[in-house]
Amino acid sequence: MEYVRAFFVGGLLCAIVQLVIDRGKWTPAGVAGSLVVLGVLLGFGGVYDRLAVWAGAGATMPLSGFGYWLAKGVMAEPRPEGFVETGAAVFRFAGALFSFIVAGSFAAALTCKPKG
Amino acid sequence: MGLKSDYVREVKAFQPSPPYAANAVKAFLVGGTLCALAQWLADWYGGTFAAPPLEAHLWASMMMAGLAIVLTAVGKYDDFSQFAGAGATMLITGLANAIASAAIEHRSEGWTAGVAGQMLKAGGAAVIYGLIAAYVLGLVWP
Repeated sequence: MEYVRAFFVGGLLCAIVQLVIDRGKWTPAGVAGSLVVLGVLLGFGGVYDRLAVWAGAGATMPLSGFGYWLAKGVMAEPRPEGFVETGAAVFRFAGALFSFIVAGSFAAALTCKPKG
Repeated sequence: MGLKSDYVREVKAFQPSPPYAANAVKAFLVGGTLCALAQWLADWYGGTFAAPPLEAHLWASMMMAGLAIVLTAVGKYDDFSQFAGAGATMLITGLANAIASAAIEHRSEGWTAGVAGQMLKAGGAAVIYGLIAAYVLGLVWP
């Protein structure tokens, strides 16, 4: 059942975003940025917590899930205080993903030549 | 008003309308399948290592991103996102693809100015807006 929920929530989100892109008013990079910011806002509001419990990967896999990880780092207990702790807390969860992607991409650039 | 907006309005009649429904269905099916796959990975990790759901989903996202980087490196992700549109580009895998493809593309310009410097060319918008939003909100959130 949780696979069906993940499939539907993730798929629906992608379909809506596809319609927004096809309308042609926003660039894909702008849409991606907006989606992440939307995830941050919903993550702070606590809405995304419930969505992530209900839909699982259907909520965490879209780019809004990356925003959720950023927000979750700040919102998870113990809450950070001040510039230093908040700045570090943003990467508490999202940093795992971001470091992995950046290091993996560098490794890919080390070993592979551009194709096509 | 203005030359640019006039032009946009005038050429509108001659531009083919995108196949909205077909694109949305493709994005739905591919995006949904990738999310279900990530759910399966998260369940497997959570069950095998007795990890809390949060950690399991983070791990699953990392694995999917790793898969996307490998597919990008062998040059297969582009075909895939041509077909799926937002179903492939608006997931974490799409972010990984954007960063990895920029890194590989700028290889010929050297490691520092090329790979490291240009890596976030395409994926940077998503990361940086999200980072600013989370940092500023985190400072002011009660």
